[in-house]
Amino acid sequence: MAEIIGAIATSHVPAIGKAIADKRQDEPYWKPFFAGFDYVRQWLGRERPDVIVFFYNDHGLNFFLDKMPTFAVGAAAEYKNEDEGWGLPVTRSFPGDPEFSWHVIESLVADEFDIVTCQEMLVDHAVAIPMSLYWPGAAQWPVKIIPVSINTVQHPLPSAARCFKLGRSVGRAIESYGKDLKVVVSGTGGLSHQLDGARAGFINKEFDLLCLEKIVNEPEALLRYSNEELVKLAGTQGVEFLNWLAMRGALTGQVSQLHRNYHIPISNTAAATLVLDHRKHVQRKAA
Amino acid sequence: MQHHDIPGTTIFGSEEARKGFALNRMCFSFNSASNRAAFLKDEDAYCAKYGLTPEQCEAVRERNVLRMIAAGGNVYYLAKLAGIFGLNVQDIGAQQTGMSVDAFKAKLVAAGR
Repeated sequence: MAEIIGAIATSHVPAIGKAIADKRQDEPYWKPFFAGFDYVRQWLGRERPDVIVFFYNDHGLNFFLDKMPTFAVGAAAEYKNEDEGWGLPVTRSFPGDPEFSWHVIESLVADEFDIVTCQEMLVDHAVAIPMSLYWPGAAQWPVKIIPVSINTVQHPLPSAARCFKLGRSVGRAIESYGKDLKVVVSGTGGLSHQLDGARAGFINKEFDLLCLEKIVNEPEALLRYSNEELVKLAGTQGVEFLNWLAMRGALTGQVSQLHRNYHIPISNTAAATLVLDHRKHVQRKAA
Repeated sequence: MQHHDIPGTTIFGSEEARKGFALNRMCFSFNSASNRAAFLKDEDAYCAKYGLTPEQCEAVRERNVLRMIAAGGNVYYLAKLAGIFGLNVQDIGAQQTGMSVDAFKAKLVAAGR
């Protein structure tokens, strides 16, 4: 059976992609952020997952406001990244696992999540940057991906509680898949930031630290926030934290924190990275 | 949506989605390099082709981000327009807050202390 060995959450600010392209990782501005990935890479190198399920939001590459799905799941054999219009280099395409994707889709619909299914799907920087951070300079991507897109762009957005439940359902789907695969779930975006309006540049360190603490062992405490409250506390784009909550929902067993990094600022954003161990896996291995 | 108590903030909801559709659709088209070139060649014609309202055309002509947001623009799409002029989210953050880019960047750094 497939098992979820853990989770990685990270910010996905486009400026990170530019810094990678310009090889600025060791500059004083960037080092505190990039150094947070040494642990992530060691962990991935040790654990060698087969598949990563990404919970992320599209910023206007695959989806536009003409058709905006609340939840969409990829079922493609290959996911391309393309020009997003602001000069980020295009990342080479990512391999998919259509059979596994369809299993997840069938499980989700059976579980009453009426998702959109995408046999063709472009993935933007919200997937491409995390992949480039997890495996920098890899000649070939060592994992297949399943993208799960959550609307964090056009309100009404799905609630925090609903995103967590979506994650739960994805988690159950993964663990009911018959192939022996090691799976990592990844939530991208956040933490606090606001790009638009007279409040642009808004950061809320106190709330971010609360989120980072609670998401490990008490995620339910974060589900009471309405999206309007999340906008108020984390900024208009800080609502991307919904992706983290979906990721956390997928972890149905015991969870412990393996690594955390928090740094202000990357561009207009409070950047964070979190690695969680999924204890079910550890216990099974020990047995 | 303005019926909330968050200062300096527009929540992009149904009202903005409807009002800003033409402007956002134009910005979405800037994913393509040939569309970016066509815009630069003749801005007014390009705005007209996408059916922007006079208010949206004016906001684009002025490069005024707050005005674009008031006309229904969503920052994820507006960022593609800003990119044409080599402006990033820190540049437009400075513009919207009436600060110099350096002062805006310093404000972000100070938020970490």
